[in-house]
Amino acid sequence: MTHFRLAPLALSLFAALAASAHADEVSVAVAANFTAPMQKIAVEFEKDSGHKAVLSFGATGKFYAQINNGAPFGILLAADDTTPAKLAQEGKAVADSRFTYAIGQLVLWSKQAGYVDDKGAVLKTGDYRHIAIANPKLAPYGLAAMETLKNLGLTDQVTPKVVQGENIGQTYQFAASGNAQLGFVALSQVMEDGKLREGSAWIVPSSMHEPIRQDAIILNTAKDSAAAKALMDYLKGDKARAIIKSYGYAF
Amino acid sequence: MSTSILSPDDWAAIWLTLELASLTTILLLVLATPLAWWLAHTPSRWRGPIGAVVTLPLVLPPTVIGFYLLVTMGPNGPLGQLTNSMGLGYLPFSFAGLVVGSLVYSLPFAVQPLQRAFEGLGRRPLEVAATLGASRIDSFFSVALPLARPGFITAAVLTFAHTVGEFGIVLMLGGNIPAKTRVVSVQIYDHVEAMEYAQAHWLAGGMVVFAFVVLVALQWLQPRDKNNASPL
Repeated sequence: MTHFRLAPLALSLFAALAASAHADEVSVAVAANFTAPMQKIAVEFEKDSGHKAVLSFGATGKFYAQINNGAPFGILLAADDTTPAKLAQEGKAVADSRFTYAIGQLVLWSKQAGYVDDKGAVLKTGDYRHIAIANPKLAPYGLAAMETLKNLGLTDQVTPKVVQGENIGQTYQFAASGNAQLGFVALSQVMEDGKLREGSAWIVPSSMHEPIRQDAIILNTAKDSAAAKALMDYLKGDKARAIIKSYGYAF
Repeated sequence: MSTSILSPDDWAAIWLTLELASLTTILLLVLATPLAWWLAHTPSRWRGPIGAVVTLPLVLPPTVIGFYLLVTMGPNGPLGQLTNSMGLGYLPFSFAGLVVGSLVYSLPFAVQPLQRAFEGLGRRPLEVAATLGASRIDSFFSVALPLARPGFITAAVLTFAHTVGEFGIVLMLGGNIPAKTRVVSVQIYDHVEAMEYAQAHWLAGGMVVFAFVVLVALQWLQPRDKNNASPL
């Protein structure tokens, strides 16, 4: 009796194992600002290639520390171009796999509709109490925000009102909960399908700050992984680029 | 001399942390004493649920407490609307907000040792005091409180130490403002993220030594009394 029940179970297990034999898995450390587009891309990637991408989201600086301490990530999608370059230089990543998968766009955003004008004049005139900015020491979006303020000559006026998120995700949370009336966040966080999801925003012209180049790189642990190579190629493809663009990134 | 090791920002974080922990400890001992007394003696059927509420911060991750405090104390939350209508503004990103967060987070560390101490006293000392003509208030202050002293020491030390060590709530609620809401634990986190490992080591190592000294001091201060078993 039990034999009859076990046989089909064992067979299907074997079949599942056989099917997954040539499908590979790659774990990807993803910068917080790229969370939403990467989730979409991973689904498409899995459908199209049969490989699986396991995603972790967080601050690029934290990923760097974790990689240095043996974290088993195969690919890093950083929020900057310095961290991947550094990893390549230190021999912890495959140097010639590095490329810019997206150029981030900074946006001044408020949850309140009609609050942010399309020139960012609210920074000067608004009676906001707090403005959320990612820690400029840790997050490229925070650095770009500070450069923008400097360019506008508003650093001294705005600094006393700044509250810092440890990454762009927390910065968004401060603004989305309404505790900070304004926030410098990533356009990808407030945009979906080419439209603002809610609130009001000023897309900061890219001339206001150094470009936020976000680089990807294959880490040594995935040097020979077919899935890692496939995902890097997929990120350069039309399908992925269309998704990336719909979240307001440039190339 | 030591400024070469710790930056002015580090020192600001240390002072702020000590300030926060001291204030929280004083406020909590005042708030927790009647609550612990009630929990120790009440026959009410609310004892269970209220005791559970007091214990909740011990069980919940700081991210849960921090997240809900951020939402309820903000412009769209009931607590935020209350504080704003009272002219206090909103509490997130302020020292006052951190104090409120710490009161919640450290509540069980103040209430539980006190409750255990009060329970350990039993009814007898108070009954004796009553037969000698002491009023209930008088017997509480001149009999119960001195007898429960070890409980107060434990409560104060644990509350202080846990507030010093708090991280998740201040990170979520504080906004990381230098000298205002950036406490030592957050400063260490920033150093590590920025790969300033030497500075991180000085502060983090200091925290380890501090915690060790506190725990050893607690053992020395406590009489070996079977009724007031330390929670450690």
